[in-house]
Amino acid sequence: MTAPSAWARFAVRALLGTGGVLAVAGLWEAYKALGPDTGVVVHGVVVLPRTTDMAMPHVWDMLHKFSQPVNIFSGHQTVGSAVLDACVFSLKLAATGWLIGVVVGFALAVLMARFRLAESAMLPWIVLSQTVPLIAIAPLVRRWGSQIHIGGWTWTSENSVAVIAAYLAFFPVAVGALRGLRSPDATHLDLMHAYGVGWWRGLVKLRLPASVPYLLPALRLAAASAVIGTVVAEVSIGLRGGVGRMIIEYAQSAGGDPAKPWAPIFGAIGVGLVAAGAVGLIGLLLRPYRRGEAS
Amino acid sequence: MTHALTDDAVTKDGCAIRASGVGRVFAGTKGHQVIALDDVHLEVAEGEFVSLIGPSGCGKSTLLRIVADLDHPTSGSLTVFGKSTHQARVDQDYGIAFQQAGLLPWRTVAANVGLPLEVHGVARSDRQTRVEELLELVGLTDFARSYPDQLSGGMQQRVAIARALAESPRLLLMDEPFGALDEITRERMQAELVRICSETGAAVLFVTHSIPEAVFLSDRVVVMTPRPGRIIEIVDSRPTAGHARDDEFRDAEEFFHTIARVRELLHGGPVAAARGVETR
Ligand SMILES: Nc1ncnc2c1ncn2[C@@H]1O[C@H](COP(=O)(O)OP(=O)(O)OP(=O)(O)O)[C@@H](O)[C@H]1O
Ligand SMILES: [Mg+2]
Repeated sequence: MTAPSAWARFAVRALLGTGGVLAVAGLWEAYKALGPDTGVVVHGVVVLPRTTDMAMPHVWDMLHKFSQPVNIFSGHQTVGSAVLDACVFSLKLAATGWLIGVVVGFALAVLMARFRLAESAMLPWIVLSQTVPLIAIAPLVRRWGSQIHIGGWTWTSENSVAVIAAYLAFFPVAVGALRGLRSPDATHLDLMHAYGVGWWRGLVKLRLPASVPYLLPALRLAAASAVIGTVVAEVSIGLRGGVGRMIIEYAQSAGGDPAKPWAPIFGAIGVGLVAAGAVGLIGLLLRPYRRGEAS
Repeated sequence: MTHALTDDAVTKDGCAIRASGVGRVFAGTKGHQVIALDDVHLEVAEGEFVSLIGPSGCGKSTLLRIVADLDHPTSGSLTVFGKSTHQARVDQDYGIAFQQAGLLPWRTVAANVGLPLEVHGVARSDRQTRVEELLELVGLTDFARSYPDQLSGGMQQRVAIARALAESPRLLLMDEPFGALDEITRERMQAELVRICSETGAAVLFVTHSIPEAVFLSDRVVVMTPRPGRIIEIVDSRPTAGHARDDEFRDAEEFFHTIARVRELLHGGPVAAARGVETR
């Protein structure tokens, strides 16, 4: 409750997090050093990977790669700064997608919470929407989008990527927010009724704040979905500049430079972490509304 | 409802609640009907304290909810200060407290108490003054900035009572507000409620499972039976002249006498050993 213990808890968490990352790196190196070069094969099935530098570059090689130039033509730009650029690019798209997804998901949740009919009409479709493979919708979104021209503004591939990210992000928000908006107990609803408060006032005073504990995990899930959606959509639409496309590009140089493909992969992980961190900040801002959570 | 119901503050007949022939039938499972209330006649005068007592399922909460316009009778009629229950609710003629304190966990004690004022658009400064008054009344001034999860059950219940009193209602509806409290806190809360009621002059409809609580607090105790929910008798429990409702009254002969009477009614016959009964 007091500041020092909060900091202590934070420090413990940070240490545990760092320890976890180091443990994974250690495991990687240990297996690489001790495991057989050919990997572990049982009945012709590879159950553990080969440990050559080709398949499993050293951790320090992968890290060192960040400070190397991208290629001989690129002049001064290092892999690190190229990955960073790509991450920023993808993060922007993911954030846009997340925002659209959250707004749409939340609007749907409010509608469903207000009108039972809306719930029975929409909820099955909302669930169904997530069973369509991303690979299938990406070209569709792109094709439909390309037919949109509003004034001088035309649909870009970036828009398509953001829409696909939103398509994944809206789902957890719609479902989580609906549960949250339905969460106030009968006593609270009776109280609002006794005050003669209409549904929409009640939404602001009661349902919205009560939904926060349900909403935050949904926002976190939505952030993860938005990042995955962005990366996959970049690949399937073929949008340059983002970390998704970069993973494919760098993978092609794996033959001569096995550490290189790992750089954008770490970048993608970084994007995910930043997204999760941003949602964590939102959680901090909404702290008073989470008092019901623990107790 | 033949004559026009006006929303003037003064009630012509001096009645806070007037129920005549009120019935409530719930459609149960498989067409099976539950008669929660049957032919209930009850009048609660302004400033009067009336308790409802009876075994579980005899329709006490249902009656209270009907008065509060949270439920509707299937037969009979019920008016609050001479108006329809709907009008009385819209006019905020009553304050209500439930068995669970029902505080909003994300609001401080002060913000919880101020909630009804806030939703009815009372200006912030007026609100603040009123909330301070109320917290003083229930003895929680030091906890204004605390959150409900930082309070004990008894303190939460006091916050809920302060909230019910926020708009100085002429009628208080309370459904087992002390049900979850321990004996000692309970007796203290009862004493506080007696004080608050004498200070505000509000009429009270009070649901309880405790005979001594009902007898201690009330001017009249309404004894009910279940299936179907009916009033068997209304027992006068006003202390005789010269007696106040204080701790001394808890030891008075007439207190035990009334308790025995209510017990008898609840058990459907005379009960041996009237003295020394459970004195909760
Ligand atoms: N919403 C409802 N739907 C169906 N039946 C109901 C409903 N509410 C109450 N009942 C029934 O009405 C009867 C009276 O219920 P009520 O809650 O008024 O009892 P009570 O006297 O308050 O009991 P307790 O002392 O246990 O709180 C019960 O038999 C109950 O099953
Ligand atoms: Mg009840």
